[in-house]
Formats: sequence, structure tokens, C-alpha cells
Amino acid sequence: MTHPPQSAAPPVTGSAVPGAPGVPAQTAPQAPAPSHAPRPQAPHSRRTAFAEGAEKLRAAATTEPGRLRIIGAVLALLVVAFGAVTAWQSSERAAAADDVLHRSQPLSSGAADIYRSLADANTAASSGFLAGGQEPAATRDRYEKDISAAATGLVTAAANAEPGSASETTIARLNRLLPEYKGLVERARTYNRQGYPVGGAYLRYANEKMQTQMLPAAEDLYTRENARLDADYGNATPYPWAAIALGVLTLAGLGWAQRRDYLRTNRVLNHGLVAAGSATVVALLWLTVGHTVARSELTGSYDHGVRSLTVLYDARIASLKARGNENMSLVARGAETVTVGGKQYDTYYYAFDKDMTVLGEGLGRAERLADDSGGTAPVRSAEAGTALWKQRHAAARTADENGDYQQALAKVIGAKGTTGECFDGVDKDLARAIGHEQTEFRQAATSGRDAMTGLSVGAAVLAALGAAGALAGIGRRLSEYR
Amino acid sequence: MDASRLRGWGGVGTMAVLCALALAFVLLLPCTQIAHHHTPDRSGQQLAEGSQVRAGSCQDSEAQKQTLAPSGADGPAVDAIKAREGARRKLIVGVDQNSYRWGYRKPDTEGARLEGFDIDLVHRIAQDILGDPNAVQFKAIPTNQRISAIQDGRVDMVVRTMTITCDRLGQVAFSAPYFKTGQQVLAPKSSSITGYNDTLAHKKVCTATGSTGYAKLDADKKAGTLPASTDISTTVPNQLDCLVRLQLGEVDAVVTDGALAASQAAQDPTVELKGAPFTTEYYGVAMKKDASDLVRRVNRVLVAYRTSGWQASYDTWLSATLGKDSSASEPPAPQYLRTS
Repeated sequence: MTHPPQSAAPPVTGSAVPGAPGVPAQTAPQAPAPSHAPRPQAPHSRRTAFAEGAEKLRAAATTEPGRLRIIGAVLALLVVAFGAVTAWQSSERAAAADDVLHRSQPLSSGAADIYRSLADANTAASSGFLAGGQEPAATRDRYEKDISAAATGLVTAAANAEPGSASETTIARLNRLLPEYKGLVERARTYNRQGYPVGGAYLRYANEKMQTQMLPAAEDLYTRENARLDADYGNATPYPWAAIALGVLTLAGLGWAQRRDYLRTNRVLNHGLVAAGSATVVALLWLTVGHTVARSELTGSYDHGVRSLTVLYDARIASLKARGNENMSLVARGAETVTVGGKQYDTYYYAFDKDMTVLGEGLGRAERLADDSGGTAPVRSAEAGTALWKQRHAAARTADENGDYQQALAKVIGAKGTTGECFDGVDKDLARAIGHEQTEFRQAATSGRDAMTGLSVGAAVLAALGAAGALAGIGRRLSEYR
Repeated sequence: MDASRLRGWGGVGTMAVLCALALAFVLLLPCTQIAHHHTPDRSGQQLAEGSQVRAGSCQDSEAQKQTLAPSGADGPAVDAIKAREGARRKLIVGVDQNSYRWGYRKPDTEGARLEGFDIDLVHRIAQDILGDPNAVQFKAIPTNQRISAIQDGRVDMVVRTMTITCDRLGQVAFSAPYFKTGQQVLAPKSSSITGYNDTLAHKKVCTATGSTGYAKLDADKKAGTLPASTDISTTVPNQLDCLVRLQLGEVDAVVTDGALAASQAAQDPTVELKGAPFTTEYYGVAMKKDASDLVRRVNRVLVAYRTSGWQASYDTWLSATLGKDSSASEPPAPQYLRTS
């Protein structure tokens, strides 16, 4: 019934399109097919392939079957492109989400653990020094456990570091420094047991190496791994706009083709096009919903997991530093002072106060971030422990400032009611809170990653189906011209 | 014409050159004489010319005489100590906790107590001022903070193997000397170093920051009596840290007071003192510059300590490292040349 308005246009030639000879059976009557076979030879020799192709296309566009072929090809291409971009973008995001879950977050925690182990080992070593020649067994065990934890952590970090990266250099440096440090501490112990003060000198040298070289390197590693975690989150969470835009465009194209078909044939539905449209709609919905879910889960894993974890790690490091400074103030015995605002303070006591402030703020923030009782309880307990620690520390400091060194020592590393007990309690609470947040993070990140499961394969299959439908639908119309 | 004119100018030029030479000769002659005059001094006891200039008549070999006559009279400084109440009624003393047999934490005692020759003296002073030998608050002070700790009032006094020098007399007050020692070289037994001489060329020498040992090395290196190739850049907070560096092979030798070098050798049988002491120094108790009553009080304690206490403490702590005969370490008869 419908007639292409331009059907009178001059039948220019060039249609080498295979199957072009098909003559419309019932409808439009143009395109004198038989006569154009010999003609294309003449211009052919001097034209580029592109120009020739464009020419042919223009020629094809003048006939309805030609137009139908072009429409079919474009629709099929659109559907395939949509499928391909969807598969590519979602597999990229799924890989990034998987990296968050299995690579960068564990590595970032691992780096924090390395820092913790090193700082704790150093604190244990100074406690052992304060206790005199007979180092308590618990202190020694703690030191050994910390050192082996640090060594294990470094092996894991090394296995996951990219070759030639800055992280690898830092890890190699730490791997070199760790045995050096351990050697110095061993010498310190040996001399301590013999009653020679040079043992203390070795310990100070070891402490200096730890404070000025190893801990900064470990902190650097932690910062770097955290940056990688952020980058992985950055890769996993943005919406796949390209795929979505292509999907919408494909749908629009299919709809337009359907309408064009209706206008020309009065048929309401072209089955092939309908199938293609349905496949595209399913793929688009899957893409959008899957991503939205994944995104919200991942964002949740960041907000409730990673952010809490970062705050908790920082609090733990602050508590370690505070304990280290508390010990060192007794090792140094007022030897070093800092002047702040015209007043003089013991360097280590001053640093202790600052660390405790950081610890208190960190715990407050952790409590605000904790979203359930499992997360709040250990943080509250740590806050109570910190308050007690401050109280006992004040008593110990008063004793020290009154010149009662033995009493101060007993209050810090003694048998009962010591600040050491408080520190251990806070450390345990923080470890519990960190474990809880780790679980939360893992659950959210896993469901985030799983929301994208099969999306890329599904998108590929649906795109193949859609393309086939589009081609079949157009082919159905084309066959009418035979 | 031209030639003669030139010759005329040449005569003037020659005259000018001669005048300049004569002037330079006259001006530089005193300098060369000064240099000649000072050479013999270096082989003797003097070190830093700078300190002689600054402290006026003070000479380091005589510095130990610049102290006040003993007296038991209380003054503002002693009163301030006695006015402390309760748990704070203590003498606050800066000591070392790393000098074996002088002031050190004995690791195998309960709570690792501070013990040593210096510590004995501190207990004696506390006994005299506060009536309780244990009324002491010890503060461990690094070598380079001894003077600032006194000036800031962080401690009442420093009893920490501190050499009496003219430089330091400008900043703090000293008691009469309580010990005699001198700088010495410490090196591994297998080392080619034989003493304070040319064998130190191309060697790394460790000293404590702010010690008399470093001042001496620095002055001698500038003067050329120490080989220019000797590396003295390694300085550490405490002389004992030098032994650590020596054992780790980071330095080749240590320069410190003979008394402390002997303490280091006592902790490591593979090192030994090389050569004789190359200076003579005296240890004194350092106090605030204006705490005259405290200085007199301490000097009175020292007089008594010299007759009873000193020898017993020497026998307990130092005879093992410095030898049974204490004569080389005994302080000279005190002189009290300072009047105000």
C-alpha cells in the first residue's frame, strides 16, 4: 500500500549488493534491475573503495529493499554494539569489584597489620628493656609473634605487588630492614642478660631504626595500598553510561523501525523486531538494576566497612604509638624535652598526650560510623579502656614526676593494675571491632560483586538474540520483495 | 721620547710594588710570630684558643680551680630544694644511665636500679642536703643536654662524668674536681690504630655530641695535628652509642674520656684502649651559674667525701676497669679561686 515518495528518482546504478536483483513482487515498481550489470565497470577503475561504497549506499537508499537492508544492518549493529559495550563495561566493573574484595582491601588491611606488628614489636622490646635482664616470657612471646606476623605480611604484600611498582620497592626495603632490626634487638638482649648497659644502647639504636626508617616505610605502604583500594572502588562503582546510552539508542532504533514497518505495511507487530526489542529491554534492565544494586552494595561496603576500618586502623596505630611513647618516657627518663608555646614538656609524654587525643577522636568517629551493636560494643569497651588508661597513666606520671621511678615503672609495666593492661584491653577491643567491620565489608562487597554476576555473558547472549531478531524481522519484510 | 716616558712610569710602578711589599711584611709579621708562639702550646694541655679569648684569663688546664670555697650555709638555692614537700622533697639530678660503672641501669637488679660511681656521689650529696641518701629524682640526660638542663632548671645539678672546661664555666658553675681522667682512643685489638696519632688517617672516629672529645678532635683537625683524612662526622647522643657503632663496623675508633673508654672496653673483650691519655681533664658537679650556696655546699660534701667514701666507691665500681691503684684518677687538692 505504501509507496516510497521518491520512487521516481533516476535509477542510478552501482548496486552490487548481493541479492539486489530481487524484484518486488506486489508493491513498489521501480529499480530496473536487469540492465545495470555491465555499467559499473566504467567508473570503477579510478575510484577509491570508500567512495565507491558510499556511492553504492546512496544508490541502495533509493530503493526500498536497499533501505530495508541498510536499516537491518544498522539495527543488528546497534544491538551487537550494545551487547558488546555492556559485556565489556560490566566485566570491567565486576573485575574491579572483585579486586576490591580479594586484592586491594586485603592488601590494605595487610599493610595496616604490618605497621601494627612492627610498632607492637618495638613496644614489646622496650617493655622488655624496662623490665630488666629477666625479660618476662609474655613480652618475649609477643615480640616474636609480632616479628613473624610482620614477616608473613611482607611476603603476602610482596606476592601481590606489581613488579617495578613503588610498593615493591618499599616492601623490599622493609624486608631488608627487618632482619637488621631483629639483629640489633638480639644483641641488646644478650648484653642485657650479661648486665652490660651497652644492651640499652643497642635497643635505642634499634628503636631509632624502627622509628625513622621502618615505620615510615610501613605507613607509606599502607597509604599506597589505600590509594589502590580507592582506585578500585572508583573503577567498580560508576554507572556504565556508554552501555546505557547505547541500549536506549538501540531501543529507539528498534521502535522507529517497528513504526516505519507499521506505517508502510499496516502490520502492528513485526515479530523479529519485537523479539529484538524484548532482548534489548531485558539486557538494559538487567544492566541498570544489576549495577544499581552492585553500586549501592559496594558504596555500603565502603561507607560501613572500609571507612570504619580506616578509622579503626588509625585508632589502633594511635594506641600503639601512645603505648610506645609511654614506655620510651620511662626508658629516656626525662632526657628529651620539647618546647611548645614557651613551655617545656617531656618529649614522650607530650607525644603520648597527642596520641591519646587522636585515639579518643578516632574511637568517637568509629562509634558514629558503627551501624550495629556488633560494631558499637567493642568500640564502647575500647573507649572505657582508654579512659581507665588515661587515669592510670596520670597516676604513673605523677609518681614519675615526683621522682618515684620504681612506682611509675610498676604502674606501667608491673604485674597488676597497670597501664599495660589497659593498652592490651584497648588493642583487643579494636581487633574485635576490626574483625566485625571486616565481616561487614566482605558481605556487602560480595553481594555487590555478585549483583553483576553473569551480566556480561547474559548481555552477549541477549545481544546475539536481539541481532538475530532484528535481522529476521527485516528479512521478513525483505522477502516480500522477491 | 716614548721609550723614556715608559721607563719613567716603570720606576714609579716599581716603587709602588716595593711599598706594598713592605707594608704587607710589616702587617703579616705579627701573625707568623703568633703562629710560632702557639705551636708548642698544642702539644701541651691547651686546646681551644677560642675559649681562652672568651673566658678572659681562664685556661682549660686551670679551669678546675674556678670554684667557690666550701661552706655549709644555706642560701636561696639550697632553701628552694629543702622547701619541696611530700613526695617531691627530692634532689633532682641529671645523670647518665649508660655509663658502665659510672651511672647505669643494672639490668639484673629488680626494676633495674641506677648504680655507679657518680650515683654514689649523688646519694652522698642528697644525704647532706636533705638528710636522706635516697631523696633523689634521677633524670637521664644526653651528653649534649647537660648544660641546657641546668640552665632551664630541669635539674638541680648534673653529676654525669662532666669535664670542667673554660667554655662550660661561662654557662654553668662547677664544684671542685672529684675525678681525674683524659681523652683516650678505643679501637679493636686487631686494629692498626696505635693511639692518638697519624694511624687515625682515613679512619672514622666516633664521639658523643657536645663532648670535650669532639671539641678536641675538631680543634686538632683544623689545626692540622690530626690527619685531615680522619672522618669525625659520626656523633651520637651518648658515648656508649659509639661502642655500638664500633661493633657494627660503622666506625673504626672511639674517642672519649679514658674512664669511660675503660668502661666500654670492660663490656667487650675484643676492644682495648690505644695509647696514653692525650689530655688531662677533671670531672666536676655542674650547677646553675648563680647557685653559689649550692656550689659551696657541694664543695663541702666533696671535702668530706674525699677522705671517706671516695676510695670505697672507686674500689667498688672502678678498680676492675681502671686498675687497683687509684692514684692516676685521684683529683688534685682543691683550690678555690672563684670569689663570687
